[in-house]
Amino acid sequence: MAEDRENAIISEVHKKISDAFDVFDHERNKTVDVREIGTIIRSLGCFPTEGELQEFITEIEEEEATGYIRFERFLPTMTKLLMERKFRPIPEDLLLQAFEVLDQEKKGHLGTEELTKYMTQDGEPFTQEEMEEMLSAAADPDKNVIFYKDFVSMLTVDDK
Amino acid sequence: MGCGVTKQNQKQIKKDRMPGIVVRAQFSELQSVFFPCQHSASFSVPAATAMRAALLIQRWYRQYVARLEMRRRCTWNIFQSMEYAGEQNQIKLYKFFSYLMDHFTPASSERNLIAHIFRENEVCRDAEWERYFNYKNIEVPEFYSGPHLNFPLTATNATELVEAFRTKQQLHSRYVLQLLVETWKLLRILPNINHVSTCHSKEITICGDLHGHLEDLLLVFYKNGLPSMETPYVFNGDFVDRGKNSMEILLILFAFLLVYPNDVHLNRGNHEDHIVNLRYGFTKEVLGKYRVHGKKILKLLQKIYSWLPLASVIDQKVLILHGGISDTTDLDIIAKVDRHRYVSTLRPPKQRKSSAKNKQSDQDSWDEDNMTRRRVRSMTYSSPGVSRPEVQRHSLQTLSSQVEEELRERRRRAGFSLSHGDLHNSLSSDSDSDPGENLETDAEDWKQVVDMLWSDPMPIDGCVPNEVRGGGCYWGPDITREVLEKHNLQLLIRSHECKQEGYEFCHNRKVLTIFSASNYYEVGSNRGAYIRLGPDLVPHLIQYQASRSTRDLTLRQSVGRTERSALRALREQLFAHKSDLISAFQEFDPEQTGLISLNHWATAMESVLQLGLPWRMLRSQLVNHTQDGKLNYQSWFKELAIMEPNTQLAHTNLLETLYKHHSNLETIFRIIDTDNSGLISFEEFRQTWRLLSSHLQIDISDEAISDLAQSIDFNKDGSIDINEFMEAFRLVDRTQQERSNSTLSGVHPHLLQSEHPTKTLLVSASPHFV
Repeated sequence: MAEDRENAIISEVHKKISDAFDVFDHERNKTVDVREIGTIIRSLGCFPTEGELQEFITEIEEEEATGYIRFERFLPTMTKLLMERKFRPIPEDLLLQAFEVLDQEKKGHLGTEELTKYMTQDGEPFTQEEMEEMLSAAADPDKNVIFYKDFVSMLTVDDK
Repeated sequence: MGCGVTKQNQKQIKKDRMPGIVVRAQFSELQSVFFPCQHSASFSVPAATAMRAALLIQRWYRQYVARLEMRRRCTWNIFQSMEYAGEQNQIKLYKFFSYLMDHFTPASSERNLIAHIFRENEVCRDAEWERYFNYKNIEVPEFYSGPHLNFPLTATNATELVEAFRTKQQLHSRYVLQLLVETWKLLRILPNINHVSTCHSKEITICGDLHGHLEDLLLVFYKNGLPSMETPYVFNGDFVDRGKNSMEILLILFAFLLVYPNDVHLNRGNHEDHIVNLRYGFTKEVLGKYRVHGKKILKLLQKIYSWLPLASVIDQKVLILHGGISDTTDLDIIAKVDRHRYVSTLRPPKQRKSSAKNKQSDQDSWDEDNMTRRRVRSMTYSSPGVSRPEVQRHSLQTLSSQVEEELRERRRRAGFSLSHGDLHNSLSSDSDSDPGENLETDAEDWKQVVDMLWSDPMPIDGCVPNEVRGGGCYWGPDITREVLEKHNLQLLIRSHECKQEGYEFCHNRKVLTIFSASNYYEVGSNRGAYIRLGPDLVPHLIQYQASRSTRDLTLRQSVGRTERSALRALREQLFAHKSDLISAFQEFDPEQTGLISLNHWATAMESVLQLGLPWRMLRSQLVNHTQDGKLNYQSWFKELAIMEPNTQLAHTNLLETLYKHHSNLETIFRIIDTDNSGLISFEEFRQTWRLLSSHLQIDISDEAISDLAQSIDFNKDGSIDINEFMEAFRLVDRTQQERSNSTLSGVHPHLLQSEHPTKTLLVSASPHFV
């Protein structure tokens, strides 16, 4: 019985993965461009770092990299990822704390220059494009600051 | 809280990270130790902590962006699959008509209704056409405040025309007809393939699909300059349909063509086709803007379409055409075809008889009827139990089953696609036809043209029929290589497909798709782009997006807006297929609990709608309430919030057919409306429904049709206004209705269309893993 249930769960997971994969399978031949893998994995609820993502890709790529990932290789590895709950989301309060850490003066907001410096120099740095996009979404245009509490709420709206 | 990272959290972060990251982290920690001057003097957060915090934020943000990207992609898929499903429907409908034309007696009323769309452009003397299109008798009234044209046109005229359209004026029908006649005369002397050169260091500008989006054309002219000897242009087809200024775009393009015939080049697109125009809005636009002379204008446009060149080649190295190529594409053959025989690329040309070419129109149609009658006679004798007199008395039911039987047979023999084979089979049923050779050439020529206007590229090698659109092929990188090599070319530029960035390379950058209608599906859905090509033949791409407000939207806001629009369209489709969907759901609910699992929901949705959409990804947008992971499907339909029009119609089946086959119905109406008046009679109305029911293999009783007819408020003279009818039965999204109601009551629309993040953000598409 437990095995049936397990199989049912796996079957659901397979379908979810398949649907997400299909969104980027433009020519309906069960392959996607390797550059879209990150988007697919993340949209299935995972939060890998760029480094972890790269490792995942290396594992499922062809021996001679073609620039495409085939579904047959993607499915088992991705299923394992989801079943083992790897790259789980980090709680919202931790995200808030991360901002608070950077806001030493406890102002409740961060300057755009400040945040830019951290995001483009530390961790896995943002590209200029990523930085600009984040600022356009996060920054208060009048005051040139980011009220990170609001921003965090926006980033963490999830579905049921 | 101190530094804000508790011991426990630290442990958690470490566990999730893989060894590789630690190494990198150490490096950056070292960096901050050895190069402290890189950070500002006030920096006092320990480097390691700052790094971890940054990493966390980056992880979150990238995930957030990925979710948005997924939503955007899903939205795109919705629009695109509905668009192509529409095209496929169109072709199916047209094939159905083709079949009727070939196999039923000329006297049958159904055939008569649609016969005129198949009548070839009769070849007759120019003088007769001049009389028909005579614009000289049309007077331009004193109070007309629009632009005046003098022929031959000057550059000033053309510029004034652009300015006039920019300020929303309309060109008088006299000038329209005159301009079109001049254009027609010019096009007739152009070759099938425009040969263009970049000598004199000229850069050539290439634009893709415009689809009636005047704002985009004006934006291109603004950024790039008006067409002139210094600024040559190639326009790569699909000037019309969908947008509301198709007429103005054509007039502008033709005007500049006349003024600068060596510097402006037009390629035909698959929408330069009167049959396609019937469905996709251009016919409606013309008749709406030109009530008296619309019909003539449309007729003249038919001729112009058929005379538009099929391709352009720059410096003998860069090939530009609208759709694409196939494994049989041969420019030498294309250069020689009689392109004007393809009035509509959907239908193969009438079989050529050597002496018929220069005959009078009457002679032509007599021959045509004669041939058809002979064909029908041989068919009726050969089919069991059906003699000629009886055919006319057959009810449409028996007729449709015969049709279906024949279609099934042909599909089996020839494959269900607009293929070489189809043409061969349909033509070879003529026992009295010319010998095989002419047939072969005709079939080949036709295939060349259809492939050029309808094909799409695919990433894998090979060449397969384009089932999605219903015409042309999907061609692979190997075909690109072959065809380019065969003709010593280095680049293929095409359009035909909407691209998010306005352009896209594929096939190792040997194929470039260029699309110039921004906001094509919805405001914010995509950018437009154009190409500048100099003597080095390296394409430079310039992107734009009409409408300032979209540029200022954040990624999230533009995704949200497009998404809302797509979902609205999708919900209407769902509602239109309600009874089929409920049946499918019930199959998964044998105990009639009224509930089904979400998995079964997804499977049922795809089996009914066949749009190839990722239903599990879309589920959260379409389904609001679930009970223990199950969906109550009856109440779900209520939640879709689609408003039905207020009618006392008892026959809900009819209504659903109406919603489902909205486009088909409208297309048939417009075809039947032979004088393009926008009005049809009761009888024609009934015939329309009979045709539709025959095509769709469904039963619609005469009684139901009469009820429907009676429930509409007719004009006193007993005719039905097509526009009014379609409008009356358009499905309206209830939320949209409420919004417009509030507007009426004085609330500022901006307040309603709040883009405030936390209020209107649609829930993301990424599910929590169970």
